[in-house]
Amino acid sequence: MTDVLSTRPMDPPGAPRLPPPREERGIVGWLRHNLFRTWRDSIVSVVLLVIIGLVVVQLLEWALLSARWGVITQNLRLFLIGLYPADEAWRVWLSLTVVSVVAGAQAGTRGGYSRTIAVWLIAGQLTVAILALLSPMGPLVAAAIAANAGLTLVVQLATAKRPLPGRVLTIGWLVSLVATLVLLHGGAGIPVVRPDAWGGLLLTFMLASVSIVLSFPLGVALALGRRSRLPAIRLLATAFIEIVRGVPLVSILYLSSILLPLFLPGDLRIDQVVRAMGGMTLFTAAYLAENVRGGLQAVPRGQVEAAQAIGLSGVQIDRFIVLPQALRMTIPANVGLFISLLKDTTLVVIVSLLEILGIGRAVLAQAEWLGASFEVYAFIAIVFFVLSYSMAHASYRLEAALGVGRR
Amino acid sequence: MTEATGRPHPGHARVPPWRDTRVRALALQVLVVGGVLLVLGALLANLLTEMGERRLTFDLGFLRTTAGFEIGEHVIEYSPRDSYGHALLVGALNTLLVAVLGVILATILGLIVGVARLSGNWLVNRVAFVYVELFRNTPLLVQLFILYFAVFLQLPPVRDSITLPGSVYLNQRGVFMPRPVTGESADAFLLALGVGAVIALVLWVVGSRRAAAGRPIPHATLLGLLALVGLPALAWLIAPTAPIVLEDPVVGRFNITGGLTFSSAFSALLLGLVLYTAAFIAEVVRGGIQAVSTGQREAARAIGLRDGQVLRLVVLPQALRVIVPPLTSQYLNLAKNSSLAIAIGYPDLFNVSTTVANQTGQPVAVIAFVMLIYLIMSLVTSLVMNLYNRTVRLRER
Repeated sequence: MTDVLSTRPMDPPGAPRLPPPREERGIVGWLRHNLFRTWRDSIVSVVLLVIIGLVVVQLLEWALLSARWGVITQNLRLFLIGLYPADEAWRVWLSLTVVSVVAGAQAGTRGGYSRTIAVWLIAGQLTVAILALLSPMGPLVAAAIAANAGLTLVVQLATAKRPLPGRVLTIGWLVSLVATLVLLHGGAGIPVVRPDAWGGLLLTFMLASVSIVLSFPLGVALALGRRSRLPAIRLLATAFIEIVRGVPLVSILYLSSILLPLFLPGDLRIDQVVRAMGGMTLFTAAYLAENVRGGLQAVPRGQVEAAQAIGLSGVQIDRFIVLPQALRMTIPANVGLFISLLKDTTLVVIVSLLEILGIGRAVLAQAEWLGASFEVYAFIAIVFFVLSYSMAHASYRLEAALGVGRR
Repeated sequence: MTEATGRPHPGHARVPPWRDTRVRALALQVLVVGGVLLVLGALLANLLTEMGERRLTFDLGFLRTTAGFEIGEHVIEYSPRDSYGHALLVGALNTLLVAVLGVILATILGLIVGVARLSGNWLVNRVAFVYVELFRNTPLLVQLFILYFAVFLQLPPVRDSITLPGSVYLNQRGVFMPRPVTGESADAFLLALGVGAVIALVLWVVGSRRAAAGRPIPHATLLGLLALVGLPALAWLIAPTAPIVLEDPVVGRFNITGGLTFSSAFSALLLGLVLYTAAFIAEVVRGGIQAVSTGQREAARAIGLRDGQVLRLVVLPQALRVIVPPLTSQYLNLAKNSSLAIAIGYPDLFNVSTTVANQTGQPVAVIAFVMLIYLIMSLVTSLVMNLYNRTVRLRER
C-alpha cells in the first residue's frame, strides 16, 4: 500500500524533487496561509490589526505614562494582609515559608503539574518581593519573601534527588494549613489576632482554602447521601444540594453574616470572617457533591458487584472500592471548583469584609487616591488572572497525568 | 429472596435486630433526620427568643404596608407610597429584565466568539482566545467594578454627553437612545404585523412538515418573508401618519428627557454579565463544535456545501446536542450572578429585598421569600431548557 501512496504517477522517473513554491514557505507562506487566505480573511485581518494596534498603543500609553501605580506600591501592605497588625506581619511571612517548603517538596517529588505550581509560586513571591522593595514595607520584608521563593527552589531540588513518600506530602499540606491557621490566629504566648482583622490577599486565600478543605468531607457525604438507598437520607441530601445550587452565593453570604447571629444564642459570638467561611463551605459542598456524584456514577457497576461478591460490607465497598476511584476522577473538576471559589471570594465585599477587592475599595476612598480606580481594579484583576490561569494550566497537566477519560 | 420477605430460614437462628439490614436502615434514617430536625429546631427556638426580645413576630402583613423608599428604576409603575410587596415585585422584574436581556446577548456573543475560536484566521482565533481567557479568569465582581466605577462613572457629565450617530448619548448617568412610540394609526399597523407573523409561522410549520414528506410548498420562504415584511410595510405606506415614531432624547443642562434610558448601573451590570457569561458560553460552543467528528465536515464539503452552510446545516445541529446541557447551567449562573447588582446599586430583587429586610425587621421572612423566587427562576429555566433539549437531542431507536 505504501508504494501506491508514495508513487506519483505524473512524475517521470528520475525527476528532481522540488521544494514548495516560495510563497508557500517561511513567513510569507505563514501569512498567506493564516491571515490572507481569502479576500474576506484579508479584510478581517487588516481591520483587526488596526483595532489591536490602537488598543495596545492606548493601553501602553496609559500604563507607562499616565497611570498612578503609586496607589499599589504605597498601599502594598494593605493589599497583601489588610489590617493585620504590622508588628505581627512576620507571622504571615512565616506561614508562607511553611507553604513554600511543602510546595517545593511536592514539586520535587511529583514533577509534572506540581512543578508548574512551584514555578508560579516562586515567580509570584519574587514579584511581591520586588513590589515590596518599591513600597514603604522596606527591603527587610522584600528579602524575607525572596528567601521564601529561594527556599521553594532549594527544597524542590533536594527532593527531586530523594523523593518523599506520597503520604508525607498529604500530611504536609494539612499540617501547613493548620500551622498557618494557628500562626495567624495566635494564642499560647503570641498575641491573638482575631480573624476579623485578617484582610487583603491573605483573607482571599484563607477563605478559599479553608472552604475547600472543610467542604470536602461534607461534599463527599452529600454525594453518597444522594445516591443512598434510604429515602429519607436521599431526600435530605438532594434537597440541600438543589436549594444551595439554586440560590445566589450572595444570598447565602447574607444569610450567614447578617441572619446567622439571629439564629444563635446571644452569648455565642462568631467572627464575621468565620461566618463567611461557613457560608462559603456550605455553598462549595453542594457543588463539590455534584462533582463527586459524577465520579461515583463513572465507577463501573462491575466494581461494586465484585466487591459484594467477595463479601465486603456497604461501608467497606464505598471506602475501599468506589471512593478511591471516584475521587481520583473528580480531581480536575474540583480544581475548577477551587478556581471559581477563589474568584467568588470577592463577593464577601458585599457583606463588607476586607479581602483584596474590599481593600481596593477602601484604598480608593482615601482622598489622595480618589481617581485611581482603574489602576486599583486592573491590579486586582491581574492578580486573579495570574492565580486562576496558572491553576487552570496546572490542572490541564494534572488531567493529562491522571489520564482522565483515557483509562 | 427469602430475606426480602423477612421470613427466617428454616433451621437458622432468627437474625438479631441489630444485624437486620432493614432495622439498621430505619435506625440510620431516624437518627439522621432526628439530628437535622434537632439542629434546625434549636436554631428556630433561638430565633424566636431573639425576635421575642426585639418584640418582633412572624407576620407577612408587612407585605401590604407602605414601603416609603424610592426605587431608581422600575419596569412597572412604582412610587414610595406603594407596598413592600409591590417593591419586591419591582425588584424581581428588574432581575428578570437584566437576566433575559443578558441571556439573549450572551448567547449571541458567545456563539460568535466560540466560532471565532475555531477560525482558520490566526488573528481572529487569537483575539477570541485572549478574550475568553481574560474574562473567564478574573472575578465577575472585579469586572463589574471596572465597568461601573472606572468606565461608566468616568464618562463626561450630562452637559458634555458623548454623541453617537442615531441620537445615542453616553454620559455619567447612562446610555440614552431613541424610543419607539406608537402613533395614531399604530393599531392597524400592529394588527398587520401580527397577521403577517401568524401567516409566516403557519407557512414555516406546514412547509417544513411537507418538505420532510417530500412535497415542499413552492417558494415557501419567499411567501413567508412577504407576509412577515410585506403586510406591515403595506400598512405603513397606506397609513395617514407614521404608525411608529422614534422619540429622540433631548439633552438639557443637567438632565436628559425623553427617549429610552439605560442607567449606568444597569448598563454596567448588563454589559458585565454578558461579557463574562459569553466567555464561558464560547468555550461551551467550541467544545460542542469540536465534538462533531471531522468526517461530518469533510463529507459536507465533499457534496459541495460552502463554509457557512457546513456550519449551519451540518455542524451546529449536531453540536447543539452537546451544547444545550452546559448552556443551561451558564444561563442559571447568569441569573444568579445578576444578584451582584447590589454592589453597584442597581435595584434588582436582592438589592430591594435587603432594604425591605432592614426596614421591616423581618429579615428571615424576606430572605426566605427571595431565595424561593430565585429557586423558582432556576427551576423554570431548567424546565424550559430541558424541553428544548428534548427537541434537539439525538433520537435513538
